[in-house]
Amino acid sequence: MQELTTTRHNLHIDPSMAVWGWEIPVYLFLGGMVAGMMIISGYFLFSKRYKETNCACYTLPIISLILLSVGMFALFLDLEHKLFVWRLYTTFKIASPMSWGAWILILVYPIIIANLLIGPPQFLINKFPKISLVTTYINQRPRLIQNIGVANMLLGGLLGVYTGVLLSTMAARPLWNSSMLWVLFLVSGLSTAAAFVHMIAKNVKERELLAKADNGFLTIEIFVIALMIIGLLTSTRVHIDAAELLLSGAYAPVFWVFVVGMGIIIPLIIQLLAVNHKIKHTPIAPIMVIIGGLILRFVIVSAGQHSHWLNAHFK
Amino acid sequence: MARFGMVIDTKKCVGCMDCVVACKTENNVPEGYNRDWIVTVANGKFPDIHLEIQSQRCNHCDSTPCVSCCPTGASHVEEFGKIVLVTHNMCIGCKACVAACPYDARFVNPEGYADKCTFCIHRVEKSELPACVSVCPTHCMYFGDLDDPNSEVSKLIASRKNHTLIPEAGTSPRIYYLT
Ligand code: SF4
Ligand code: SF4
Repeated sequence: MQELTTTRHNLHIDPSMAVWGWEIPVYLFLGGMVAGMMIISGYFLFSKRYKETNCACYTLPIISLILLSVGMFALFLDLEHKLFVWRLYTTFKIASPMSWGAWILILVYPIIIANLLIGPPQFLINKFPKISLVTTYINQRPRLIQNIGVANMLLGGLLGVYTGVLLSTMAARPLWNSSMLWVLFLVSGLSTAAAFVHMIAKNVKERELLAKADNGFLTIEIFVIALMIIGLLTSTRVHIDAAELLLSGAYAPVFWVFVVGMGIIIPLIIQLLAVNHKIKHTPIAPIMVIIGGLILRFVIVSAGQHSHWLNAHFK
Repeated sequence: MARFGMVIDTKKCVGCMDCVVACKTENNVPEGYNRDWIVTVANGKFPDIHLEIQSQRCNHCDSTPCVSCCPTGASHVEEFGKIVLVTHNMCIGCKACVAACPYDARFVNPEGYADKCTFCIHRVEKSELPACVSVCPTHCMYFGDLDDPNSEVSKLIASRKNHTLIPEAGTSPRIYYLT
């Protein structure tokens, strides 16, 4: 017999932890996707694709800024002591990924804006005509554009990695306690971003390239998920319990159907057919990838909070 | 400087919840929340079943994931007695510390900050015992300096069979249960 009864019934803690609702998964998803967009846009700048006027590197920065701001607003909504949010910026805590994230976000904005200034949208130029002075200055310096590209790739990478590290440092939640989590979030961020660019790209070459890249990311994602689960299954009892939440437990239907099936396998098949010119490129596969990426964050955040050490009470 | 800890004799505890009520009263813990609680663990196979009643709270761990994850420094280890505390007006309510505690010992106070047991630091500073310890009718709880080998708590840990909670989580908790 193994039985544990408790008199504690704290709100959002018992019977299982649910302190983080929809805001954190939405933030992690948008943060991851923006990270991917920064890397893709940065790569286009670095590889001199910006010379083509319909390059996605001209549309991505403004979209990134909007999505990141929506994500940060969701993060702000999640804070319970909102009036004290400025406390994040009166200190830097080296051991706290959340502190790292707060500062990374501050750095990310100017870097995306630098990318934006290479070719700002017309409405911005109309509103602030002085911008074109900066744009001309940057465009006279190809080296600078490449450096802006490198900075976007670097900070995009940091942003993508931190969203995973944030959770994986929490040993208290066995499901998150995997060193693969940051890889998973980074790759998922890249695949959702590639899917997004694939969908909106005006340049045919880019669309092909991104569809191919997305197939690569989705394939890596399957391996990363497999490695993460194998890692948990070969660890302690509580980690095995955590993996089983996804494999056969309460989260299994959503995980298998929406994250793995709809979010990875089916779009991978569709996109493989598309890049081999068997079928036309449609937005269906990219939309599936994007929704799958969002659901992945929901499943990981929710199931992770649900995973616990209680079984360690039983010897 | 002292390093406070607690020793709880599960052979004496009857699960009366006086400690729970005392804490709520002493610390004005909001309705619907608890900083300490009673857990009953039944372990084993009939007829060899072992039942243990534990009065649980924040373990004021030596290794504190709740402090290291805090982005603002609100969660901290107090110099006095190495008690783990939250400075309310530094806490943004991000709940990282709540998720980082393997004992689920924290909660979000309705006012927005992370809340948990303080070892009744306001009483201990006046050389009084924490409220829970002071009211226990079976005297099953002991509070003192774990760094002082002559303290009652250190002697009990040295002389009686004991365990901490979920040591596998690596937090080095400072509440010991005598069995
Ligand atoms: S019991 Fe939890 S809240 Fe208390 S010090 Fe340990 S990890 Fe932190
Ligand atoms: S909820 Fe407050 S005390 Fe806890 S980690 Fe966030 S800022 Fe720190």
